[in-house]
Amino acid sequence: MAEPAAQAERAAGAEAPLLSVRGLARYFDASPPLLNRLLAGGGRRTLKAVDGVSFDIPRGRTLGLVGESGSGKSTVARLVVGLYPPTAGTIAFDGRDLASLRGARETAALRRRLQIIFQDPYASLNPRWRVRDVIAEPLRVHALLSGRAAIRARVDELLLQVGLAAADGDRFPHEFSGGQRQRISIARALASAPDFLVCDEPTSALDVSVQAQILNLMKALQRRLGLTYLFISHNLAVIRHMADAVGVMYLGRLAELAEARALFERPRHPYTRLLLATIPDLSLSGRPRAPVTGEVPSPINPPAGCSFHPRCPYADARCRRERPEPLAIAGGGLVACHAVAEGRLPP
Amino acid sequence: MRAAALLRVEHLRVEFPTRHATLVAVDDVSFAIGAGEVLGVVGESGAGKSVTGAAIIGLIDPPGRIAAGRIFFAGERIDDLPAERLRRIRGKRIGTIFQDPLTSLNPLYSIGRQLVETIATHSELTPRQARARAIELLAEVGIPAPAERFDHYPHHFSGGMRQRVVIALALCGNPQLIIADEPTTALDVSIQAQIIALLKKLCRDHGMAVMLITHDIGVIAETADRVAVMYAGRIAEIGPLRDIVKQPRHPYTVGLMGSIPSLSGATERLAQIDGAMPRLNEIPGGCAFHPRCAHAFARCRAERPELIADGASAAACWLYAPAATGGHG
Repeated sequence: MAEPAAQAERAAGAEAPLLSVRGLARYFDASPPLLNRLLAGGGRRTLKAVDGVSFDIPRGRTLGLVGESGSGKSTVARLVVGLYPPTAGTIAFDGRDLASLRGARETAALRRRLQIIFQDPYASLNPRWRVRDVIAEPLRVHALLSGRAAIRARVDELLLQVGLAAADGDRFPHEFSGGQRQRISIARALASAPDFLVCDEPTSALDVSVQAQILNLMKALQRRLGLTYLFISHNLAVIRHMADAVGVMYLGRLAELAEARALFERPRHPYTRLLLATIPDLSLSGRPRAPVTGEVPSPINPPAGCSFHPRCPYADARCRRERPEPLAIAGGGLVACHAVAEGRLPP
Repeated sequence: MRAAALLRVEHLRVEFPTRHATLVAVDDVSFAIGAGEVLGVVGESGAGKSVTGAAIIGLIDPPGRIAAGRIFFAGERIDDLPAERLRRIRGKRIGTIFQDPLTSLNPLYSIGRQLVETIATHSELTPRQARARAIELLAEVGIPAPAERFDHYPHHFSGGMRQRVVIALALCGNPQLIIADEPTTALDVSIQAQIIALLKKLCRDHGMAVMLITHDIGVIAETADRVAVMYAGRIAEIGPLRDIVKQPRHPYTVGLMGSIPSLSGATERLAQIDGAMPRLNEIPGGCAFHPRCAHAFARCRAERPELIADGASAAACWLYAPAATGGHG
């Protein structure tokens, strides 16, 4: 794992990364219940949601993770903030391995700096709490401020920062639209003054004009507060807008990792090319589109070799047999593809 | 255009009475779809696009009701037909495709049985012929090995394959019009592209007209001939695809187009329309968009604009009134 890891470092930039992930894996037990297994005679089944993912995110930058359902991108998000323990691999934040933290105090001190925003602002806010209390919770949990006046002043400041009014703090989540609720989620995430935000499809539940408001807000906050983002989305245009570097995930693994501009202008992995071919053409140029075929196979039973080979027009015997590892390519970036490595892919 | 229209909606108004007030979900909407034409209806949540589609096929749940307006299909008025007559048009001559393929299919019946039942309802075919026709339809919508898949149940299929089955069901009666409400929204992007390609091919092969309801302008850009943009229960702008996407005129359409991130990555900041679409119980007077509009002037606050035609397209905006004052034209 050491070799691609070093390459990942070079691909993502020279500065010391704020977040460094190496060989990250998370398996889930997807077996049928014991009784069914005994009666039907089946064994245990393992779902490899994330299977050997490595990347770095330099301070102040945004790594976008893109992929379809079942690609493991949301599992990566949850692993990074510690909602799941990893099955294998390491997550280092600001030079500290998260698994090496000892004691509640040390853990909390680091966790404070690492926050997450979820997709569904209807499900991620407690409907019985006033917005003020939702936003103040991290302040109280981490004992960052004491005294009602100080907490109140900080909550007011956070509300203004995300484009809401201080008076909105006294209302309940159901009184707000989807976009406003996502602003509340952002305010809550910012309450503990983190330097790293994991954004798991933060605008996927929103209408496009509201999405624009939230994306603009997130970019402005990143500039003002020097935030680092892990930004997860299935929407390539949103990723293009937000990310400095992009990782393309397929069935729990990174197919390609590159600077955003390079990835969109010159996609290398056949799956990246397929994804880009699916983007509707708003310029109405009438350019011919490569036909898109096939579906993402079940992650419980992924194909042998390169998991993309059944959909890949360039697959050969080696692709069906041997799993490709991410390799650095000329011009920067990592690509896990035998055809790219062997140079048998058309440019 | 008017004479040849397959579907014509005139001054449609749909109301939902509630305890406190009567909510107007669709307010004075008029448009037409020609034979073989794809009309994209685009708008954000609550704009009234799905309710418009449901009204055409008579699927407004009481106490909601069509309060005013008329709907003509192939020259025949259909909004006041008895339920049984309308049921025979819906399904046979007007097919429907909804967002979630799992809720459109009965989980207890094999897909073959559901297809045969639908075909038998709308034709005089023998069971053997209906089965052959069902397999033919499954092949047409791109289900591999249709004869084997015939006896499978909906849960055996992936989301994309299920949506193909739903499309096959919509085709059972050889419809002249398909109303597709967010047909690709629940699907992954690579499956979405396949379903769009399939819909386009079917339109071409069968000369079907489609009313494609979606929030996704990308899907519209790939498929539609004309586009209607809805806002707060009304059509803000309607016209040929190229006009709407390339030269939108209504400030809402302009904002909507500008808010889509571009793939060139050229813009640091997206154009943004501040605020949100009003709820149905607080739609402002005058132009419903005026509180969010950078160009609003006195007339916009006082008077509701009708669609003002210019060439092939029309925008409901006082900026384009022949005698507009204070607008930039």
